[in-house]
Amino acid sequence: MVMSILHRVTGIMNVAGLVLVVGYLVALAAGPDAYVWANAIYSSWLGRIVLVAFTWSLVHHMLGGFRHFVWDTGHGTGEVRYQLSWLNLVGSILVTTALWALIVVVEAV
Amino acid sequence: MRRPVDLDGTGHRGQRTALKTIRGLGSAKSGTDHFIKQRLTGLANAVLVVVLAVVAICLTEKPYAEAVAFVGSPWVAVPLALAFVSVAIHMKLGIQVVIEDYIHDDLARIVLVLANTFFAVAIAAVALFAIVKIMLAALGTATGVGVQ
Repeated sequence: MVMSILHRVTGIMNVAGLVLVVGYLVALAAGPDAYVWANAIYSSWLGRIVLVAFTWSLVHHMLGGFRHFVWDTGHGTGEVRYQLSWLNLVGSILVTTALWALIVVVEAV
Repeated sequence: MRRPVDLDGTGHRGQRTALKTIRGLGSAKSGTDHFIKQRLTGLANAVLVVVLAVVAICLTEKPYAEAVAFVGSPWVAVPLALAFVSVAIHMKLGIQVVIEDYIHDDLARIVLVLANTFFAVAIAAVALFAIVKIMLAALGTATGVGVQ
């Protein structure tokens, strides 16, 4: 139940995230000043929180999509569906953490 | 209201709809098309989002000139452009379903579905324009023409 609505919620969150990604590209296309400005916003604390939330939403929606592919084959609707749900949730948190850890390391080097 | 029935006897709500609940309603004539496109673009997105993640990580701490050269290179620009087209189609289909499920007023639903379609096309157009402009800027930097 909760996971079903989360797929929709993350889908809608991804729309907002897409606007952010396109906004960043437009800033890069607009020139050096806009790029510096966009970097300042995207690397601020609020920017970081929003980007981490977007990363989680994107990964969660992708893993949820894989779950849908499994269901499309007619499998995974029995008791195993609860395990798939947990895999989806835990997997999204792990991948998000790994990606941002990588970015923090790249920034520190 | 569509009511799924428990056809396989597992007690879990079935994925199928009883014939009697849909008889007389007519077909929307585009259900399969929507279904296939949503999954096709979803599969493409799963690959392309990895590209997006790699690009985002590579862009970390890059100054303007390097960022333009990186995003403007064909190996990044082309997958990025493909990603935006695929994502825009996937988004248009997905948000349309959400609108159709929750907005029951006919006029509001039609207006929102139209707005959703325009938004998807617009966001893809803006993204593609930005990528082309970045490619031209990278070309200009490489050849020394129109350097900012």
